Amino acid sequence: MKRFILAVVIAVALASPEAHAGKTLDAITARGSIICGVSTGVGGFAIADSQGKWAGLTVDFCRAVAAAVLGDADKVKFVPLSPQQRFTALQSGQVDILSTLATWTLTRDASLGLIYAGVYFYDGQGFLVPGSLNVHHAKELDGAAICTASGTTSELNLADYFHANQITYKPIVFDSQNEARTAFFNGRCQALSADVSYLSSVRASDAAHPEDYTILPEVISKEPLGPVVSRDDLDWFTDVKWILYALVEAEEKGITAANVDAMLKSNDPAARRLLGTDEGLGKKLGLSDRWAYNAIKQVGNYGEIFERNVGLKTPLRLERGLNALWTHGGLMYAMPPR
Amino acid sequence: MMMANRQYGRAQRTGLRIRKLEASTVRAIASQFAVFAAIAAVGAYLGANLLDNLAQRSIHTGFAFLAQSAGFNIGASLVPFSSSDTYARALLVGLANTLVVAACGILLSTTFGTIVGIARLSRNPLVGSFAGAYVEAVRNVPLLLQLFLWYAIMTEALPPARAALRLLPGVFLSKNGLDLPLLVHASATVYVIPAAAVGGIVAWRLSRRYRAYRRLATIFVPIMVVGVTVLACALAWGMPKLEMPVWHRFRFEGGAELPPEFLALVIGLSAYNTAFIAEIVRSGIQSVGRGQRDAAAALGLRYGQVLRFIILPQAKRVIVPPLGTQYLNLTKNSSLAVAIGYPDLMSIADTTLNQTGQAIEVISLIMAVYLLLSLMIALGMNAYNARDARWGSVT
Repeated sequence: MKRFILAVVIAVALASPEAHAGKTLDAITARGSIICGVSTGVGGFAIADSQGKWAGLTVDFCRAVAAAVLGDADKVKFVPLSPQQRFTALQSGQVDILSTLATWTLTRDASLGLIYAGVYFYDGQGFLVPGSLNVHHAKELDGAAICTASGTTSELNLADYFHANQITYKPIVFDSQNEARTAFFNGRCQALSADVSYLSSVRASDAAHPEDYTILPEVISKEPLGPVVSRDDLDWFTDVKWILYALVEAEEKGITAANVDAMLKSNDPAARRLLGTDEGLGKKLGLSDRWAYNAIKQVGNYGEIFERNVGLKTPLRLERGLNALWTHGGLMYAMPPR
Repeated sequence: MMMANRQYGRAQRTGLRIRKLEASTVRAIASQFAVFAAIAAVGAYLGANLLDNLAQRSIHTGFAFLAQSAGFNIGASLVPFSSSDTYARALLVGLANTLVVAACGILLSTTFGTIVGIARLSRNPLVGSFAGAYVEAVRNVPLLLQLFLWYAIMTEALPPARAALRLLPGVFLSKNGLDLPLLVHASATVYVIPAAAVGGIVAWRLSRRYRAYRRLATIFVPIMVVGVTVLACALAWGMPKLEMPVWHRFRFEGGAELPPEFLALVIGLSAYNTAFIAEIVRSGIQSVGRGQRDAAAALGLRYGQVLRFIILPQAKRVIVPPLGTQYLNLTKNSSLAVAIGYPDLMSIADTTLNQTGQAIEVISLIMAVYLLLSLMIALGMNAYNARDARWGSVT
């Protein structure tokens, strides 16, 4: 009875022909481009310039996927999605892959019909406060008003943190990240809470004097960010997962966009295998043998993507930290591509 | 004639008019049934398709998530809410917030709408043109932009909480909102409001009965009722104290706080609907025949008296139905609260939808709630209108 009522009430709004079931790869090849869902404008991760060209770490990952799958990193269509819309868009098949700042959590992995294909950025949630507030630790925010965006893990983590530390706060929850940060910079709330990478980006781009704002030292949660795909196509999931691993493995092996052509003829069998000179790994994934070569040549390895978008030379000035290779004390560890 | 009688027969004796089914009637019924069956079939096909797609993508269905713990806090709520309460309770908090905004908005917009509508017809050219400019300007700008404007005014123009404007002892206005003193022993406040409502209704009833004592009843009875209630509460729970807001580090502790999101939403919605209601009131007043105004003037009534006793009671017939529509618009437009950070029903449903992923269940739930709210408002307005049409001026 419940199912019948649901069906009758909602049916018209969701009338759709046979869904994007079966091979996502076939659909992409037929279409000739990948439709990639990204965040709506976060400096360093996904932001469009005045010409409408997208740039950022998550954007570069999608371009790497396009290069690996279709041979051309520019065969991507970027769809900006707010936290409200992003999962629904992927669930309904409007995008092939979600390359946003959505945290990998159990609920999202288990109950949305979606699946995370790895982590391209280990992050954590923190607080941005104005220096004039004279607050140096998160526990001093007892009773403060904190701006955050709806539909993010930030809301939930705030509740957990303040509850665990027996202090109170007033959440001011906005439809989008943009409104939350505007309200913060207008002085509506005492702190802005979001992923530390996002806070760095916002401080660099929105504050009139970035040095007037501090990111508090407390990181109150783990926020592993990664690409998401639909659960109903495990082949596509495997492809995306291994494209990410290939980028990390390339950095580990010292393969960069500049020297990838030389590395084709290197003495290292692992490098030759990855780049497709020797036995074809690409065929096992349903891609061309030049999958990793194309991705690395056109977009760069993981380290290059990181440094170009959020590294020390960019306004965000983020250190590798947890995002360094495992050989350098970080968490980036590629499974062996063989 | 005889044939006709036989057709009606017993039916005629009972006063009903039932006829034997004719072929055309059968056809009519059959075709309607066929259309209904076709629509139902389309609906069933789409529904089956929907459920099929959901199952294929392993998306859970069902309303079981309502009993799960919410995990988030709500910034402004009339009842206490913590992150360990259920999603169902969170949605109820959202509903309460929406109702408060809708009620305040309806009250304010009706009051000011009537004033502006009458002002637009004023013979004073300055008043008339200002009212006209207001109506035209506000009506033609999208509501969302107006809400953003009001919210920007609240958060940018007002001083930070540390340097709040002190309007009255205990009343502060700042970026944190409007802080007011509150009667502690919230139970007393909870009883005063319905007591005042009861008093008002009793006074209204009495004033209809004893028209001569109308003014007296309207003032005297509510005061009596409220006074008695407060006294009873004081005896039961101790005298309710007035709790003043006190500055404490980031914000005012104690007292009631109306957040700037609420203020911006109520003011924005009221300002927007005032313009529409002003036009409705104006059209109502102009619909009353010129003869009425002339006759009233001939009797020597002043313009204010003419409006109050002659024109408005007759204009009400034209005003009330579209007014109901405006109230519905206001209630539904309150869902724009999500854009300026006020936790109304839509905003909390959004958060719930994102945290649980159950898009269809949540959306259908809030659609049902808004439908119910709208139907209740429409029902109320239609009942008022029916009584007005039948019995003349209701008050």
